[in-house]
Amino acid sequence: MSITKATTHVTQNEALVFERSQAGRRGYRLPALDVEETAIDDLLPAELRREDDLEGVPELSEPDVVRHFTRISTWNYNIDLGLYPLGSCTMKYNSRLNERVARIPGFAGLHPLAPEEDAQGALEVMYELQQHLAEITGLPGVSLQPAAGAHGEMTGVMMIRAFLDARDGVTSDEAKRRKVMLIPDSAHGTNPASAHLSGFTVKTIRSTPEGLTDLDHLRELCASGAVAGLMLTNPNTCGIFERNIKEICRVIHEAGGLVYMDGANMNALVGVARPGDMGVDVIHLNLHKTFSTPHGGGGPGSGPCCCTAELEPFLPVPRVVRSDAEGGGATYGLDSERPQSVGRVKAFYGNFGMHLRALAYILTHGRDGLREATEAAVLNARFIAHGLADTFDRPFDSPPMHECLFTDKRQTRKGVHTLDIAKRLIDYGFHPMTIYFPLIVQGAMLIEPTESVGRAELQQFVDAMKEIAREAVEDADTVLGAPHTTRIGRLDEAAAARKPVLRWRPAEKAAGA
Amino acid sequence: MRYIPNSPEERQEMLRGLGLSSAAELFDSLPQDVILKRPLDTPEALSEIELLERFEAMAARNAAARRPSFLGAGAYHHYAPTIVDSLIQRSEFFTAYTPYQPEISQGTLQAIFEFQTLVCQLTGMDVANASMYDGSTAMAEAVLMAERVTRRTRVLVSAAVHPEYLRVTETYVAHAGIELGRLEVDEETGRTSLDASALDDGVAAVVVQSPNFFGCVEDLRAFADRVHAAGALLVVVVTEAASFGLLRSPGACGADIVVAEGQSFGVPVSYGGPYVGLFSTREKYARQIPGRLAGVAFDKEGRRGFVLTLATREQHIRREKATSNICTNEGLIALAATVYMTAMGRRGLQEVAAQCAQKAAYARRRIGALEGFSLPHSAPVFNEFVVRAPSEAAGLLRRLASEHNVTGGLALSRYLPGRPNDILVCVTETNKRADIDALAEGLKGSSR
Repeated sequence: MSITKATTHVTQNEALVFERSQAGRRGYRLPALDVEETAIDDLLPAELRREDDLEGVPELSEPDVVRHFTRISTWNYNIDLGLYPLGSCTMKYNSRLNERVARIPGFAGLHPLAPEEDAQGALEVMYELQQHLAEITGLPGVSLQPAAGAHGEMTGVMMIRAFLDARDGVTSDEAKRRKVMLIPDSAHGTNPASAHLSGFTVKTIRSTPEGLTDLDHLRELCASGAVAGLMLTNPNTCGIFERNIKEICRVIHEAGGLVYMDGANMNALVGVARPGDMGVDVIHLNLHKTFSTPHGGGGPGSGPCCCTAELEPFLPVPRVVRSDAEGGGATYGLDSERPQSVGRVKAFYGNFGMHLRALAYILTHGRDGLREATEAAVLNARFIAHGLADTFDRPFDSPPMHECLFTDKRQTRKGVHTLDIAKRLIDYGFHPMTIYFPLIVQGAMLIEPTESVGRAELQQFVDAMKEIAREAVEDADTVLGAPHTTRIGRLDEAAAARKPVLRWRPAEKAAGA
Repeated sequence: MRYIPNSPEERQEMLRGLGLSSAAELFDSLPQDVILKRPLDTPEALSEIELLERFEAMAARNAAARRPSFLGAGAYHHYAPTIVDSLIQRSEFFTAYTPYQPEISQGTLQAIFEFQTLVCQLTGMDVANASMYDGSTAMAEAVLMAERVTRRTRVLVSAAVHPEYLRVTETYVAHAGIELGRLEVDEETGRTSLDASALDDGVAAVVVQSPNFFGCVEDLRAFADRVHAAGALLVVVVTEAASFGLLRSPGACGADIVVAEGQSFGVPVSYGGPYVGLFSTREKYARQIPGRLAGVAFDKEGRRGFVLTLATREQHIRREKATSNICTNEGLIALAATVYMTAMGRRGLQEVAAQCAQKAAYARRRIGALEGFSLPHSAPVFNEFVVRAPSEAAGLLRRLASEHNVTGGLALSRYLPGRPNDILVCVTETNKRADIDALAEGLKGSSR
């Protein structure tokens, strides 16, 4: 049976705001100006003023705006709708309570340059969050300044750079600098990009057939000298815990380098094991993964850095500090007097609104709830791994942690690939898993259910995947043409990149442009 | 834990189904010597009521949030229509991921495309990205991009750029082989001086902020001609995005890269973040731009949609050769800015800008007339200006807060120890005439 799309339905064909605009419509009202008006030429000479009258900026009523964004919003899948099993993204429930906390006027309306004595509550929030993150990671130095995971990575490896230069007494002699940053071939792309931005040369470590870091290759690379450090994700992007982590850290330390851990997968470890206890020197956390601050369709994130006492002097400034008065009572302040600091990585103090939400998450869970969430997340991933073990190829045998990895090896015989399986999942009502990552596994499908999904829905997902596997054999065209239930079909991304159209232009100009 | 759907009993059953007897066995692949053998030393769980009480109590200690304020300097108090916050709280927007699966992410993708277009319209540029972390990191990325485009390594930065933006840029370029030079500010006008001898063929870019850190509007046109004659790029930084409603766009003045802080567009000041960095440039540099880009694409039946495009610039494809390491950006805040710009629209953006400028002019007249106070800079301003007080500014502002309940602005000594008596005052459409009058009266009364 073929389905005819209701392409004329208003909610399915919402135009761009610019195409909806009608001259003269208004969606706002300001109070009348309550001061004597100055002649505009006396305020600003004409050559400093706009001459285009903001032509092209939309003119819409308030209901127009609400309908526009409401309609397009319905074209999005989202966590509140169901399972969103993107591997390494930790799409867990985003509590409404945390949203409420972030909107308390005493926080939302607080200017970042308010005097410290009038911002004690905000500084206390940041200080307390730092304390909890230090306990969770086992690493005592914390900065909340980085705005996202990649930003935290950059901060962490810049700290390694600064530490090594200080320790080795290198100031200007480039030749003496340790420049080699080792990164496994399974790493996120941000790792090498951040290392490059921090002045390192990237060398790639192979993975073993079990999906672990190849210790022999690591030793070999360390023996060649100039090693500054290692960037390691643990559990790694294959969803496997690096069981040799202590030995890996020892090898790097013996070679004179430091170990940076990408904390993207901390949802597998909170309350169970701590990077600081494994020998890690510095880590970033993704508050928008492990600590449930909403991903927002691509941010805002927050990527705090946690480090050893040895590295603490190199954290970004300003630091949030506490001083205890004699006889009780604490005051909080900002300290910029850290001469060895890598400097600032962002204006002000980081994405404070995300700090509030993450602290609310930690306090709502409590110490037992944090561990419980980790256990539930790993259990859910195991449930899926077990359910699909007979249907899809598993590249590695090790038991998965919070995410499980499969490939399309058994389905490719009939021409069905990972992309097709992902698109077909949409027809079953699920968001696809992460696909073609990690890069070292051909046709990778990385599935992370998180703790925020119940047993019945996990089973539905397993059933859907099995059904797709059956279709791949018996009715491959249905899978290859998926999705069939969405407003639009697969989009031609190659054509879009060849002749990029990156903004709307008025029709008459578009012809000539 | 109420956020975990499976009950403890259900989890026990699931464990049994996997052949395990306890949750601890889920972690058998970890060596025993890395397992934490004690509970975390974090607090016990709080109920919703207790949690709200705790946060309300901490919020109450932020006294500055309750006072009329004239603080600006990179974060601005503006009115945001109610629909901005209610629309961004739709589950479909705030609980979605980066739109990697376009068929079920068209809401986010179309909104990004609209955001990119609005940013181009306001800045007067051809191409804008899907956002950067904030204005300061956007400036740092612009400096890195100027080096990629020109293959030159010296960048001259105006001393009237926000000091924190400069600090951030210094951190970003520390290992990029880029040398930052400084363009001085003319004390009399408050504008940046462009020393012709500094503009040689080693200069990749000149970075100026307008309105600058002291509130003065720079003559960007004059900069553009001279910078281009030297084969360098003009990078323009804007911290107060409301100024786009009135001031000539940097693009119309000849800028090559425009970066801005978008917080003024419907985003609460929220103690410094999350905000949103705007980044736009000329068409010819589109493939050098950092971060994500949404573009038009069509499906087999010719229906229009949007996808993330030109991904070969980005870290997940290019790894260490990417134009930037950025991945997650500020999606939801960019959406807030998009809703704001759409709701205020063409006329609203103009009216907000006009009110800011008019009220600032009124405040300038009132404060400039006070005995002992002066306005040290002569260049035109938008909504921020420097006031030179007869006594030390930090102490004066403390007295103003405690005795008159007004946050009077920023003591410039926070960043510039050589300017002990100067206050940077910011006025927006949210400051009533009575507040401005109270500020002027308070300054008079506090300047002992």
